[in-house]
Amino acid sequence: MSDPIAADPLASAGSAAVLPLLEVAGLTVLLEVNGARRAVLRDVSLALRPGEAVGLVGESGAGKSMTARALGRLLPAGAEMRGSIRFGGAEVGRLAGADLRRYRSQVAMIFQDPRAHVNPVRRIGDFMTEALRTNHAVPTGEARRRAVDMLTQVGIEDGARRLQQYPHQMSGGMLQRVMIAAALLTGPRLLLADEPTTALDVTTQAEVMAILDELRNKSGLAMLFITHDLELAAAICDRTAVMYAGQIVEVRASPLLHSDPLHPYTAALAAARPDITRTTPRLRAIPGRPLSAFEAPATECAFAARCTHAGEICRVAVPDLVELDGGVSRCARARELRGQLQAAPDG
Amino acid sequence: MLLASLLVASFVIFAALYLAPGTPLAALSGGQPLPPGSVQVLEQRYHLNESFLAQYWYWLDNALHGNLGISITLRENVSTLIASRIWTTAGLVLYASLIIVVLGIGLGIVSGLRPGRLDTGVLVVTAVSAAIPAFVAAIVLIMVFAVKLGWFPALGNGTGFLGNVKHFTLPAVALAAASLAIVARVTRASVRQESDREHVQTAVSRGIPAHRVIQRHILRNAAIPITTITGITIASLIAVAAVVEVAFSLNGIGAYLVQAAETKDIAVVQGISLLLVTAFVVVNLLADVICAVLDPRLALRDRPR
Amino acid sequence: MLTGETSAPRRGLARLRATGPVGIASAVVIAAATVSGLFGPLLAPYDPGLPNLSLSWAGPAGSHLLGYDFEGRDVLSRLLAGAQSSVLGPLAVVILSVTAGTLLAVTAAWRRGVSDTVISSGLNILFAFPGILLAVLAAAVFGAGLPAAAIALSIAYLPYVARVLHGAALKERGQPYVAALEVQGASATAICLRHLVPNIGPLIVAQATILFGYAMVDLAAISFLGLGVQPPTANWGVMISENKYGLLLGHPLPAVAAGICIVTVVVAVNLLGERLFEQAREARG
Repeated sequence: MSDPIAADPLASAGSAAVLPLLEVAGLTVLLEVNGARRAVLRDVSLALRPGEAVGLVGESGAGKSMTARALGRLLPAGAEMRGSIRFGGAEVGRLAGADLRRYRSQVAMIFQDPRAHVNPVRRIGDFMTEALRTNHAVPTGEARRRAVDMLTQVGIEDGARRLQQYPHQMSGGMLQRVMIAAALLTGPRLLLADEPTTALDVTTQAEVMAILDELRNKSGLAMLFITHDLELAAAICDRTAVMYAGQIVEVRASPLLHSDPLHPYTAALAAARPDITRTTPRLRAIPGRPLSAFEAPATECAFAARCTHAGEICRVAVPDLVELDGGVSRCARARELRGQLQAAPDG
Repeated sequence: MLLASLLVASFVIFAALYLAPGTPLAALSGGQPLPPGSVQVLEQRYHLNESFLAQYWYWLDNALHGNLGISITLRENVSTLIASRIWTTAGLVLYASLIIVVLGIGLGIVSGLRPGRLDTGVLVVTAVSAAIPAFVAAIVLIMVFAVKLGWFPALGNGTGFLGNVKHFTLPAVALAAASLAIVARVTRASVRQESDREHVQTAVSRGIPAHRVIQRHILRNAAIPITTITGITIASLIAVAAVVEVAFSLNGIGAYLVQAAETKDIAVVQGISLLLVTAFVVVNLLADVICAVLDPRLALRDRPR
Repeated sequence: MLTGETSAPRRGLARLRATGPVGIASAVVIAAATVSGLFGPLLAPYDPGLPNLSLSWAGPAGSHLLGYDFEGRDVLSRLLAGAQSSVLGPLAVVILSVTAGTLLAVTAAWRRGVSDTVISSGLNILFAFPGILLAVLAAAVFGAGLPAAAIALSIAYLPYVARVLHGAALKERGQPYVAALEVQGASATAICLRHLVPNIGPLIVAQATILFGYAMVDLAAISFLGLGVQPPTANWGVMISENKYGLLLGHPLPAVAAGICIVTVVVAVNLLGERLFEQAREARG
């Protein structure tokens, strides 16, 4: 099991005075899958500083949402969690009662499909002010005033009228903005955004991303931004982590992720996206299909079967995380392949 | 839409008189020979010499004013005969509805929220109970609770309020048994389904306390399908009550309807049928209205029908 | 399953086998009931209609496994003979109702527009009549008896059958293969009969099975009330009514035995119907 601080050097490098807000170390989650206990997350380590935005990228089944749920204490019943999650120094897995509620107001979550995540039979005002009224003893009038304020900040005018509406009277994009506004009302320090723009059309996506960015900078909010879109994460986040088969395979400063990736999977992901500035004879897909965590082999690198750079050393054991150039990689040949992994434009 | 159904249903009930073999006069008299003077009286009272539609109108108009004609067999006002018996049926249906709502929904909620032994127990009991028709339940209940154990009386209405309650208990249980099982199962399924919904996750992720999540996000949402099924089942009680009344020798309009059908007392049959159909439609309408109130997505106007 | 191959629609026995042990057990019970229904009077060890008042309410003795009823007739024989009207009656109701319901549902779904509105409105009106009520009304007008009751029930069930099938037929109508056939010049009747209806076949069968349970209960109830099958004809509902006083006299067996027959068949039918419904739903994706 890797040392959490060493695994994510940026957490301590340079800004030694700033303690990480969130420290995840060796997080492993097991679930009952078809009758057997399987790992859906393996040895995930990550750290976030206050105000920092970190992206979490991966294909379906890679474990991104499961990580978010583990952080949000929303794992399904019967799930077993090993490893540690520390927020502001406190062990999250052991929180209960009032402490847990306080944690939940400091760590807000926004979800992928706003229409499914907002109660359809309650008014927007009720939805937005519920946490304030219930956990923070804010009187209704004051809570509604704050809600209207926050709606203006996410770009929704005539907030008072909107509070009286029901979710089905709003578009998906507007509902997502409402969800963001509601999440920020309790003044959280960390925002877990689980694919907040995936269900929206591209224009709305851009608007919502802009709002998130602006609000974050204003309030110094840290964010874990989960997406399957490598470019989107790189655009908005300072650092990006890449997941494959339930493991972190790379963490890198976002600008370097394209120019100097440390793991073949990252390079392949970046290369697979068609470039709008040039034509190519064929699209470059990664051969094979993505593995879920519980399908990953225990004795070799999970990506080896699909990797064009796979060698003997890759099939000996599951690779550990290695530090390189301020980033982290789970490739056994990371040092060797340094500099060779940038995707060449044409095959 | 439902009101239109009611109107057409009343027309069908009325028209039944004409479907009967023989002349309407023969049907009205129940096949019994009539003294000459009565023929004229009947013709006048029932407007038998006027057009079909006119007769329908008179009948409906009278019915709406509480005049449902005369019973041939008992030579009394149908309305009076019904009035003396309707409280029995109403009481029975109400009692059974109470059992269904309290026990059915209650058990459904408890077993939906807590998987475990109680849940399994409820599932098994309801699976069996759902298949037991009211009259079979009736004889089993009579055999066990009235004859063997003697806890409850087997037949009759009883006297006084407490006496009525005692006498109506077994019939109410028999009437409620199958419906209770269905309501419990649907309630359980709805509660389970709502508990798994994503918006419940949102509430939990914000630290809303569990009891509030259950009340305002799970149960409140499950109330919609629960109301629908409860409405349907209670409405169905109205017809089945007749069977239970006969089984327990209760003096209600259901039993009276059966009697009248046997003796071909058409006016009585028409009157009670109209009443029962109206009650059936009204209960369904009420359930629809409550659903529309509970679910803002259903504007009463464009409800799917 | 994960590779996305479409399984060919299962036919007949394969479908039955796929419903699992419960489904098969139910089918066995139903088969037994059907055999009794068809051959009951022949299978009966004793004459079901021969009264012998000196043996009224006598208990089981020798080969009279279930004893005697209120008129001294052998209960077992009467149950077997009674299976005829108790099982074949609901069968007739189901055949009538499902045939008419399918016809109406498919016609409405195919034509859409005005025809659909007219048929749907007509059926909506029928929703106002509970089955038993319509049967009582029929008995009052046409006289008590099985045919009137059966037809009344079929009519009362129509809207429920039609509603379920209408949705499925509409969905099927919108499938690309239907449009392809139309373009090829196939007539509406041909498309419906040879393609559309067979494709919603599993749903029709599932619906029919569940309907059978309801028909059995309702017909037995009507016979119990004295407005359906008339005594002395053997019928399970009638037997409960005839032997009701036996309960109070301490001789519950005849009435209870008839009740158990009804409940057993209804449970079997419901269990099988539920599983068939699941199958139908899965097959349509």
